[in-house]
Amino acid sequence: MSGHVAPKSMYYAVFAALILGTALTVAAAFIDMGALNNVVMLAIAVTKAALVVLFFMHVRWGTRLTWVVAASGFFWLLILFGLTMQDYLTRGWVDGTWR
Amino acid sequence: MSEAHPGYQPPPVAIHPPGHGHTPHHPYLQHHFDNMEQQAEASTLGMWTFLVTEIMFFGGLFMAYLVYRWQSPLGFQEASHHLNIYWGAANTAILIISSLTMALAVRAAQTSQPVRTQIGWLVSTMVLGAAFLGIKAIEYSDKFRDHIVPGPYFQWEGLYPKPAEQFYSLYFAMTGLHALHMVIGLGIMAVITWMASRKTFDSEYYTPVEVAGLYWHFVDIVWIFLFPLLYLIGRHYHAA
Repeated sequence: MSGHVAPKSMYYAVFAALILGTALTVAAAFIDMGALNNVVMLAIAVTKAALVVLFFMHVRWGTRLTWVVAASGFFWLLILFGLTMQDYLTRGWVDGTWR
Repeated sequence: MSEAHPGYQPPPVAIHPPGHGHTPHHPYLQHHFDNMEQQAEASTLGMWTFLVTEIMFFGGLFMAYLVYRWQSPLGFQEASHHLNIYWGAANTAILIISSLTMALAVRAAQTSQPVRTQIGWLVSTMVLGAAFLGIKAIEYSDKFRDHIVPGPYFQWEGLYPKPAEQFYSLYFAMTGLHALHMVIGLGIMAVITWMASRKTFDSEYYTPVEVAGLYWHFVDIVWIFLFPLLYLIGRHYHAA
């Protein structure tokens, strides 16, 4: 049995990208970009997470079934956030009209 | 053979001895799998299924964070400002380095490196994990000293005491659950290191290292989100 053996240089490159992302997210936090601060912060975090999942966790070379299972976790997470926030975010819309 | 190479130790048993009613096979191949590859895939898939439940486990806390932060964004920014950004950033770097050493531990097993190399990477990973928990302990004790642990002794000097208490409730719940995962991770790594010391892993069989690695990287990913969401949201607000 032998899974895909990635070269050591790839692991060091991913590591460098993760450290760079950490430095960027700290630097960006000190700049006032209004609502964009959250977008930048989450974009960097999602990119870092994707690097870890694809390369460190070997999903890049995984079977399609592993891809589907891994993706389903994040898909359900979005359902959790999406359906909950569509409630909270729209509560104000009907204030005063539905009494 | 062994006389010609003094000190040579043959691998545990390369082939499961025949005589139990079927063809010889790898000693770690269980009988309900066709081959090593299928067995490894089943284990990886099983771990990913578990990790999906973990995503939802932490997801509930992230959901709570989202709702309460949406309700009092300024209160959360003020509360976040009290966290020590240096400890937080240092711990982020430590976990990323530990993910690298973990990935290299898997690679060492995968490429049949000597036991010494495998154990070296695994122990490095554990040392970094322990360092993370040590820093977390310093941070927690600072919170107790400053009376910003939610409960009857909670004190807040700022403008938003109630949202600050909510923020710190979430801070302790999220980082506490994360730290618990780190402690469990250290236990898992101890077992894997022990297995490695018994020459268990080589290119034919390294699934336990791989699967333990999946868990370790997952815990790293949780922190990749916790760090900016807890430590960094109030920086520009107070800088202004």
